[in-house]
Formats: sequence, structure tokens, C-alpha cells
Amino acid sequence: MAGIAKKENLAFSDENLTGRTQQLFFNPTEEENYTYFGNFDVDFNKRTSIDCTDLEARDLNQKIRDAMRKGYGTVVIKNPGAKHSLGVGILNKLNIIFEGSLGYFGVGCIDGPTVRIKGRVGWSCAENMMAGKVLVENNAGSCFGAALRGGDLIVKGNAGARTGIDMKGGTIIIGGNAGAFTGFMMQRGRIIVCGDVSANMGDSMYDGMIFVGGEVKSLGSDCVESEMNEYEIKWLEQKLNNAEINPKTPVSKFKKYVAGKKLWNYDNLEPSERKGILG
Amino acid sequence: MCGIAGVINRKKTVNVGEQMRLMLQGLKHRGPDSTGYAMYGTPMKKGFVMRFKISENEAEKVKAVIDSPEQLKDRKTQVDAILKKHGAKVTKQSSSTPYAFRYEFDFKGDLTELATEIETVEKTEILSIGKGLELIKDLGDATTVSDQYGLGKFMGTHGIGHTRMATESDVDIKSAHPYWAFPFEDVSVVHNGQLTNYWGNRRVLERKGYRFNSNCDSEIIAVYIADKMARGIELEQAMHDSLDELDGVFTYVVATKDQLGMAKDYMAAKPMVIYESKDIVACASEEVAIRNIFPHEISTYDPYEAEVKVWQV
Repeated sequence: MAGIAKKENLAFSDENLTGRTQQLFFNPTEEENYTYFGNFDVDFNKRTSIDCTDLEARDLNQKIRDAMRKGYGTVVIKNPGAKHSLGVGILNKLNIIFEGSLGYFGVGCIDGPTVRIKGRVGWSCAENMMAGKVLVENNAGSCFGAALRGGDLIVKGNAGARTGIDMKGGTIIIGGNAGAFTGFMMQRGRIIVCGDVSANMGDSMYDGMIFVGGEVKSLGSDCVESEMNEYEIKWLEQKLNNAEINPKTPVSKFKKYVAGKKLWNYDNLEPSERKGILG
Repeated sequence: MCGIAGVINRKKTVNVGEQMRLMLQGLKHRGPDSTGYAMYGTPMKKGFVMRFKISENEAEKVKAVIDSPEQLKDRKTQVDAILKKHGAKVTKQSSSTPYAFRYEFDFKGDLTELATEIETVEKTEILSIGKGLELIKDLGDATTVSDQYGLGKFMGTHGIGHTRMATESDVDIKSAHPYWAFPFEDVSVVHNGQLTNYWGNRRVLERKGYRFNSNCDSEIIAVYIADKMARGIELEQAMHDSLDELDGVFTYVVATKDQLGMAKDYMAAKPMVIYESKDIVACASEEVAIRNIFPHEISTYDPYEAEVKVWQV
């Protein structure tokens, strides 16, 4: 895997913006990313569990914070009962295990934790995740990983429609099939689907890559098939291995889809500069 | 937003009233304006059961919906007279509110003619007629409506329900779901979404002679399915056709005397979660509703776009 370490060999799109942006992009390996206000020093070997039966989402999320404050690094949530908005906004290293299904917006807006969900998730799981790893053992609803920015989001079963809509980074891995409009308007990042994908895959995607093991029903506007290189095959193997997923299709037979860039009609000139050119 | 739910118990009569109440209560946050139930009890051997209303719920305190007790009595007398005129023999009657009634009656004539004439009475709407179907809808959450109409002990095989957030039409009973597919006995529909070719379709169906009681876009699905079934098209085929002929975003659930079906549009824009087992199938907008009747962990899935499913009792 020595070759993989060199990013320039990968032909992957870089997640740092080029151009004139003033925006500073997040890098999960930097130490500063774990120094949010209210950041807790936790020990993964300290374990606690919370029963969610009679708790509202707000109460549970507060209890998770309380546990982190006490230094617990492993939190087990019992009986989540498919409630909405559980485990959101955790900006800390934390090992969190849900022993059941989550409703909508499960573990949204997180940055750092490792999450295992022993059930299914509803719509918009891990939306806007910055970093961390989320593993769903059953199926996922629509808008899985909406506006994802970083980290690994894994579902072993099927995912619904609009998986990875508007994603801006990170990796989504789907062991089963994915619904319509997968990768809709994605801007960066990677989606791996081991099974089939429904209609309009990659519709209006700006950039990023979609790897598919099964059949694609139809491609959306400006999504085109591309060729995989050996680095990408190695990367896929490693990623799927880490995700505990063994695809039916051999990784070398996966197909890669990218943006055709025919819809790239924008430019990155300042208005004053544009005036000069047009004049 | 709206929440929809449906449950079907295979070859078994259970307390479906309580099942539906629990599911719909779990969907209250998707729509608190009104709640409706369409439930299928043991089919009557002869005769029909009819649910109808002769006024609106006055909870809104709008002057236009407030009727005097004399007006209500007068309308009920008119309905009774029409039933008698058509030779329908009322065997049992009850009412839970001053404006909503449940009649059982024996009848051998033309159901369409009878139903059409009953609806000529001012502010009177037939909510349902069927062998097993009983359709109840009113303002308030699932528990309020269930308590008001005594649905907690309703025994049956299957049912569908709806919690409404009014976006396209008024907050009143006539715009609440479910809709009965007038004049077809035992067919009802609940819908979550918006239909964009409502008026075009409505004009086509009105020219064929179908009646519309509200301006709610969901009513068209009931009439549309009814029209297809009148032409001898099977429920499942009619639902497949609807995917191409109805525009907009929708997920809807249909029930007939022995079937429960769901359809989702091409965009998969509206949610639906399904739990299937040997004895029971439950579907709802959110899993949290299904979990109200199954507290333990269950395996559920989302149907994909343009999917139609039909289950038999």
C-alpha cells in the first residue's frame, strides 16, 4: 500500500479548494480540529450506557455530553426506538454505539466520533458530518450523508434516494443498492455502491467520484463513465476491507463515474476582473 | 408535511383501532391539524355501513361553520327521508358528535343514486359507504379523534390513517384525509405530497360525472383510482398507471375490502417505511410510528422510487 500514501499518484480530486476562496477548509488530521469550545478529554476504555426509552432527543444528547464531561469515551445507547435527531452535534472523539434503529437526522453535524448503529437509520443520517466514522448495520433512508464534508459513512444494507446529495467531501460506502438521484449535485468526495443504483445517478454533479459494483439504471445530467486506475482499485479494496464489506462484484470490475464538466459554465473571476476582459 | 400510515393483519381480526391510533399518534409532529382513520371491520353479510356528516367541526369558531341544533336536526331528517325514499332500511344508528353519524342499512338499489341524493342536503357529506369500511375524520390529534368516536375497541383486519398539516386547502373535516372513492364501496386513500396537475385531472374526471367535495388535491387520487376500478382495471395496475398520470410528489396508501397498497412517485420525494412479517405488514411515513406498535427492534426498509406494492389480507 506504499503507493497509496502518495496523494499525487491517486488522480483523486483534492479536497482543498483551488482558486480565490478565502474559506479555510477542514482537515481532520490537524490537532486543532479537536479543540472546539467545550471539548472533552475522554478515555475510550471508560464505558457507560444510557437507556433512551423515556428520553426525548434533547435529553439524550445532553446525557451524551454529560458522559463525555465525566470522561467516558465509550457510550452505549439502549432502545433508541427510531427517534429523530439522536446523537447530533458531537464535536469530540467518542466511541458511540446505538443498540437499535434511529429516526431522521441521526448523528447529524458530528465531527470526530466513531459511531456504530445496530439497526437502520431514517432520512438524512450524518448530514453535514465533518469527520469521524459512522457504520450502519441495516438499511438507510433517503438523503443518506446529505452535504457530507468528511469522514467515512458506511451502510451495510441498502440506502434510499438522493444518497450523498450535495456532498462536499468524505466517503460514503453502501454495501447494497442505492436509490434514485444518488450523488445529486455532489461537489467533492466519493461514493461507493457495491450493488445497483436507480435512475439519474450523479445528476448535475460538479465533481467527485461514484464507484458502482452493480448496474446503473440511468445516468443523470452530465454524469459520465470514466476509467479506474490501479491506485483507485487498491484504494477501493482497502476502503471496503476497513468497512467490513465484501462486495459480490470483484473490485477490479467496479465502474467509475465522474462529472462530464459540460455544465461548468461558471468562472472564478471577480466582477472587476470580468469587466476588464469583456471590455 | 402530513403523516400517513397503514397496517394489514393477515387472516386475523385484531384491535386495528388501537393499532392505528398508536401509529398516528406517533406521527402527530408531521401534522397536528386533523386526523383521519379508514378502518375495515368484519364485512357485513347484508346491507352497508355508512358514515356521514351534516356539518363541520366548530372548533375553528368560524361563523360560517356554526349551525344551530334545529338546522342539524332538519338535515338529519332530510337524510332519513331520502334513505326511506330509496327503500333503504336503517337497522342501526349511532352518533358520536352532533354532526357525524354511523348508519347500518339494508339496500338493494343503485348506491350511486342514493349517495348522490343524500349529498344534495346542505353541508352533508358521505364519508364512506361499504361492507366493512368505516371512515372517521375530525380535527385534533389521533387520541382526541379516537376518544371522540370510540375507536379504541374497533376490531378489524386492516386500516389506513392520516395526520394532516394543511398546506393546500382549509383546516376542516371535508379537506381532511382519508378520502373515500365515491361511490365505490370499501375503497379509501390517504396521501402525503402535492399534486401539480390537479385541476386538469379534476376537469377530466368531472366531465365523466364524478363528484368532488373539497379543493384538496388528494381527493383526486381516490376518484382517479375509483374511475380506473370502474373500468375493470385491477388496483395494482391502476396504481402503476397513476405514477405516469399524476404529476407532483406523492406517496399514497390505498385500501380496499381485502387489500392494502402503496405507491411512491418517480422522485421518491416523500417518505415511507415498511415493515413486513408473516402476520402483519405496517407502513408509515416514519419508523417511529411503526415502533409504537412494535417496541422491540424490527427490520424495516424504504421502498424505492416509482414502486407500487399491494398486500392481501
